[in-house]
Amino acid sequence: MSARRRFISLLAGLAAAPLLPSRTARAQQDDPFASLVRRITGGAAVRPGRVTVDTPRLADNGHSVPLRVSVDSPMTAADHVRSITLLSGRNPRPVIATFHLGPASGRAQVATRVRLAGSQRVLALARLSDGSFWSGEAEVEVTESACLDAT
Amino acid sequence: MIEVRIAIQHPMETGFRYELGGRPVPKNVINSLVARYNGAEIFRVEMDSGIAANPYLQFHTVARQSGEIEFSWVDDAGNRGAERAAISVTD
Repeated sequence: MSARRRFISLLAGLAAAPLLPSRTARAQQDDPFASLVRRITGGAAVRPGRVTVDTPRLADNGHSVPLRVSVDSPMTAADHVRSITLLSGRNPRPVIATFHLGPASGRAQVATRVRLAGSQRVLALARLSDGSFWSGEAEVEVTESACLDAT
Repeated sequence: MIEVRIAIQHPMETGFRYELGGRPVPKNVINSLVARYNGAEIFRVEMDSGIAANPYLQFHTVARQSGEIEFSWVDDAGNRGAERAAISVTD
């Protein structure tokens, strides 16, 4: 193949290449949680609702952002929350934590402090004792991201 | 019903930081913590680098009997920690 032909085929490759990745990248941006949620639920339907994520709307610092998740559940032996998984829409390791609860919890509420690598959506996915999944989310604006400096 | 709050002193190293010399600092986070009330598990959490350094956790439990809550955790390096809290129920 001549150098010119190689060059032209390279150009053609360059022109075609961005189409595919950008489309998948856009899909991921639309819903950064889709594949993770599917892995957790095993494909079961997730209904939005019953789960509330409380965070400050604006966090000065992503190193430690207070966050509380509450699920609307009576927490009885017959009807309770079995687990709550916290997912980050932007962190390099998106599964922040999984909390396991039960009737002994009395109240379906947990709180912690999370690291957020920039402004993003945080999703909480609750698995109930009847096998159903519910989700809630919050949007947090982070002025100074975690993971950027050495502290 | 009581509210339980835990704070553990731990750097929760993300694995994304570098030393001044350029070597990466290995990831080391408390990956799981279990709380047992008189021996029965009441709360368990699996954590990753998205939990802030010196992890703080808050949950609830129903206190029916006096006794103690025992907390135990383990990090990626295999270090274990444990703490106990006495609960007395009066009625």
